[in-house]
Amino acid sequence: MTWWQIRKRDADVERELQSDLELEEEEQREHGVPPEEARYAALRSFGNPTLISEQTRAVWGWNGLQSLLRDLRISVRTLSRSPGFSIIAVLVMALCIGATTSLFTVVRSVLLRPLPFRDPNGLVMIYEHFRDPGMNAQQFNYNPVAPADYYDWRGQTHGFEDMAAVRYWQFTLTGERGELPELVSARGGTSNLFPLLGVNAAVGRTFTENEDRLDGNAVLLTWSLFVRRFGGTASIVGRQIHLDGKPYTVIGVLPEWFTFPDAKVQVWVPYLSGLPPAILQHHDFHFSRVVARLQPDVSLANALSQVEAVQYRLHLENLNAPVAEDVASRTLIQDLARDVKKPLIILLCAVMCMLLIGCLNVANLTVARSAARQKEIAVRSALGARKMLLIREQLVESLLVSLAGGITGVLLSLAATKWLVTTWTDLPSALSVHADGVVVAFACALFISAALLAGLLAAISSTGKQGMAALQASSRSVAGSQTRTALRKTLLTVEIAMTVVLLIGAGLLLKSFWRLRTTDVGCTTDRVLTMGYSLPAKKYDSPEKMNAFSETLLEQVRALPGVRAGALGSMVPGAGSGGDDSFTIPEHPPTAPGTPLPDALIRWVDPGYFSALQIPLLSGRVFTSDDRAGRPKTIIISRQLAEQYFPGEDPLGKHLRLAAEEKGDYQVVGVVADTLYQVGQPARATMYFPVLNGGNYMGLTLAVRTASDPLAISIPIQKQIAEFDPELPVSDVLTIQQIIERSLGNASLSASLVLGFAVLSLILASVGLYGVLSYLTAQRSGEIGIRMALGAQRQEVLRLMLSNGLRPALYGLTLGLAVSIGAVRLIQSMLYGTRPLDPAIFAAVAATLLVVAVLACLVPAWRASRIDPLQALRTE
Amino acid sequence: MLFKMAKKPDLLPGTLDMLILKTLTRAPLHGYGIALSIKRLSDDVLTVEEGSLYPALQRLLLQGWVKAEWKMTETNRRARFYTLRSAGRKQLGVELTQFEQMIAAIGRVLSDAQVA
Repeated sequence: MTWWQIRKRDADVERELQSDLELEEEEQREHGVPPEEARYAALRSFGNPTLISEQTRAVWGWNGLQSLLRDLRISVRTLSRSPGFSIIAVLVMALCIGATTSLFTVVRSVLLRPLPFRDPNGLVMIYEHFRDPGMNAQQFNYNPVAPADYYDWRGQTHGFEDMAAVRYWQFTLTGERGELPELVSARGGTSNLFPLLGVNAAVGRTFTENEDRLDGNAVLLTWSLFVRRFGGTASIVGRQIHLDGKPYTVIGVLPEWFTFPDAKVQVWVPYLSGLPPAILQHHDFHFSRVVARLQPDVSLANALSQVEAVQYRLHLENLNAPVAEDVASRTLIQDLARDVKKPLIILLCAVMCMLLIGCLNVANLTVARSAARQKEIAVRSALGARKMLLIREQLVESLLVSLAGGITGVLLSLAATKWLVTTWTDLPSALSVHADGVVVAFACALFISAALLAGLLAAISSTGKQGMAALQASSRSVAGSQTRTALRKTLLTVEIAMTVVLLIGAGLLLKSFWRLRTTDVGCTTDRVLTMGYSLPAKKYDSPEKMNAFSETLLEQVRALPGVRAGALGSMVPGAGSGGDDSFTIPEHPPTAPGTPLPDALIRWVDPGYFSALQIPLLSGRVFTSDDRAGRPKTIIISRQLAEQYFPGEDPLGKHLRLAAEEKGDYQVVGVVADTLYQVGQPARATMYFPVLNGGNYMGLTLAVRTASDPLAISIPIQKQIAEFDPELPVSDVLTIQQIIERSLGNASLSASLVLGFAVLSLILASVGLYGVLSYLTAQRSGEIGIRMALGAQRQEVLRLMLSNGLRPALYGLTLGLAVSIGAVRLIQSMLYGTRPLDPAIFAAVAATLLVVAVLACLVPAWRASRIDPLQALRTE
Repeated sequence: MLFKMAKKPDLLPGTLDMLILKTLTRAPLHGYGIALSIKRLSDDVLTVEEGSLYPALQRLLLQGWVKAEWKMTETNRRARFYTLRSAGRKQLGVELTQFEQMIAAIGRVLSDAQVA
C-alpha cells in the first residue's frame, strides 16, 4: 500500500466520521433539540471522534508505524520545548559515545583485527631471553637475536614452517649523480620473509635466495617512496638507485598497505647486504628480529622448546659472551601492540566509566524532567492514554536524544580517531586504524543501550500509580516520590564513585608524568639544539677523512654568532640507548664461566662534549684532540660503571677490554657523572670513546648550546654542512627538550586523556548532584514552608538540604575510594616514581570531590532556605 | 476512563460483524444508519458504540465483504454508504449457521439446568 492510498483512506475515515456526526446532529434537530445544542448532543451520543478514528485506524495494522511517527513528533516537540535539557543531554551523549567509539576503533584495529598477512595466527616473534633477574629488569627478556643464532635456529629446528630475520638499517638515498640526498629508514630482510608473511610485490618481485648475500645489491621500495620520489612509474623496476653512494637495483615495489614493521620504512634490502662477514660468526651481536611461522600440526611450546635447546647449547659454547640461555616469544600482533595494549585497555575502561556516568546523568535529568511533567502525564493518562504509551514515549524521547548524540558522537569520533592516531606515536602503524562495520555496529549498540538505560530508568520511575494523586490540588504527599528520590540518589552514588575512581587514576598518571617531566637527565637541557648526520662509508673511507669533516664542522659551528658551545657525539642523553657492548677488565681476575660479562652502553664523544652539555667530570680528565685514531686508546667511564665494576678502587689508569674487539685495551682516563639514556629508565653504566677514533658508528649527533632561541641557529648550521658536503642530509633537528618530550609523548597523552575523562565525569556528577537537590527542593518546598512557618531557622533548613545532597556524595566518595584501592593495580606498571596508593593523590581527589559536591549542593540548598513560607503554602 | 462511565450492556462478542452484514442485506447504508437501524430493530436493547462500529466496518472492508462509496442521502447530505458484496453474503450465511448452533447449544444447556 502506498502512502497516498494511506492518506486517502485516512481522509475517508475522517470525512466519514464527520458526515455521520452531521447526520446524527440532523437527527437530534428533528427530535426537537434546539440547533445550537444539537451539535453537543450529537457529540455526546457519538463519543470522542479522535479516539474513534484512532481505534478505526488500529484495524489496518499500520498503527505501530504511525504511532511511532506520532511519538517521534511529540518527542521532537517536547524536546525542543526545553532546549537547555536537550542540548546538554545530546552533548553529554555525543561526547561519551564519541570518545568510546574512538577508543574502540583503535582497540579493534590494534588488538582485535587480524593482521593483514597470510594466516596471521601462526606468526610469532622469537627473542633471546636472559635468565639473570638484573638483565630482566633492564628489559633484556625480549632481546634482539644475533645473526649466528638465527641461522642455527633455522637450520637445527623443525617446529616452525620457516623463520625470517629483519634488521634495522638507515641509508642516505641519492640519485645516480648524488642529487637530492635524503636520509631513509630501511630494513634488511631475509629472502624468505615476504613469502613467510604471504606478501607479494605490487610491482616486480621480492628477494630471491641468491640475492640475500653480503654483497647483495637488490632493493625493494615501499609504496610511499615509490609514489613520492619516483612518481609511481613502474619503469623504476630494473633501474638503479644509490644508497650511501653504492648502486642498488630496484627489483620491486611493496604493496601500499604493507607498512610492517612501521610506516617510516622506505626501502628494504637483503638481510645480509652490507654486513661485515665476521658478524655472521658472532653469537653476541644482537640486532635482528626473528619472525617465524608455526607448523600447522606443532604446538608453540613444542616448537619453542626445540629452539630453546639450540639456544642453551649456544649459551654453553659462549659462556663469556652475552649469549642468552633461553628464548622468548610473543605473537606478532602482541609484539606490534606491546607498548599500547595496557594504556589502550585503561583508556577504554576510563571512557566506558565516563559513558556509564553520562547515561546515568541523562537518566537523572530525564527523571528530574519527568517529575516536572508529572501533572501533564497525569492529565494525559486521565484522558485515556495507556501506561505503555507513556513509557514508550519516554523511551522514544531518550532514544531520540541518544540517536542525536550517537550521530554527533560518531562524527566526533571520526575526527578524534584521526587525531589520536597522529598524536599517539606508539600505535603500531603496521595496523591501519580505521572504522569498519564492527565499529559502526558497536556505536549503534552503544547508543541503543544508552537510550534504554537512560529511558527505562526514567520511565519506570515516572509512571507510578500516582496519576490521580498528582491531579489533586495538593501534591504534598505524592506517593512514590520517596522511591524515586531513592533511585536518583543511588544513581548519584554510583556516578560519584566512578568519578572518584577516574579522578584517582588520572591523578596518579599525572603525578607519574610530572615525575618523568622533571627528571634530571644528567646534562643541561636548556637551549641545546641537536641534529643528526651520517657520513657515508664510501666517500669517507678513512678515519682521517671523517675526523677532518668533524673537526672542521665543529670549529665552524662554534664560531657562529650566538653559539655558546658545540659538541659532537653518537647520542645525547635522553635520546635512547644506542647500543651496548660487554667488556672485561684485564687488571681483575677473569669472570667465572657462566656469569655474564660486564656490560655498558657505548658513546662516542668529542673533547668538548662534556663541557658543552655540562656533564660534570668527577675525576681524571676529558678527551683532548690527541685522543684519536693511531694514538694510545683511551676511555672515559660513567660513575655508575666505576661504582659497579671498580668498587672501592680508583678506576683511573685501569683498562677495559671490549669483547667484540681483540686489539688492545682502553685506558680509563676520566670518570663523569651519570646521564639517563632514556627518561623513566634507570641510569646504566656507560663507556665514552673518543669520536676521533673514527669508524665504528652509524650516525653522529651535533649538539649546540646557544645564547638565545636554539631553533634559530639550525639554518646557519645546515648551510655550513651543505657547504662542506652538499650530498649530506641532516636528520632530526630537535632541541634536547623536544627529544625528551617526544619520548614522553605517550605518557603525557594517556595521562591527559584520562584526566580529561575524569574532569568531564566530575562535571557530569556535579550537574547530577545539583539536579537532584534542585528537584528535592522543589518537591519539598511545601514541607519546608510548613517547617519555617512552625519556626524552623533558615540555617537549619540549609543544613537539612545540604546534608540531604551531601549524603550520596559521601557514600559515593567512600565507595569510590574503596574501589580505587583495587583498581590502581591495573595502572601500577604505568607509573614512574609514584606509588599506586599515593596518599597525597587520594586526599587531593577526596578534597576536590567534596568541594565540588558542596558547591553543587549549595545553590539549591540556599534556595530552599530562602523559601518564603507564605508563598510556599499558598502555591500548594 | 472518563468517557466510558455511562456504559450499556455489551453485545455478545463476535456478533457485531454479523449484525452489520445482516443490516446491509436490505439496502446499502452509512455507518450512522447502521447503528440506528440495529438500535431500532432491537427496541433499544442493542447499542452499537461508535468506537466499535467504525473499526468493525474497516475490518469488513479489508476482508472484502463490503464495499464503501460516497453517495447522497435522502436529505441531500454526503455520506459513506456500505454495500454488501457476494463474499459478504456468503460470510453472513456461515456466521448465521454458527450463531444458531451456538444459541441452540446454550438453550439446551440452560433448559437442562432448569430441569435439574
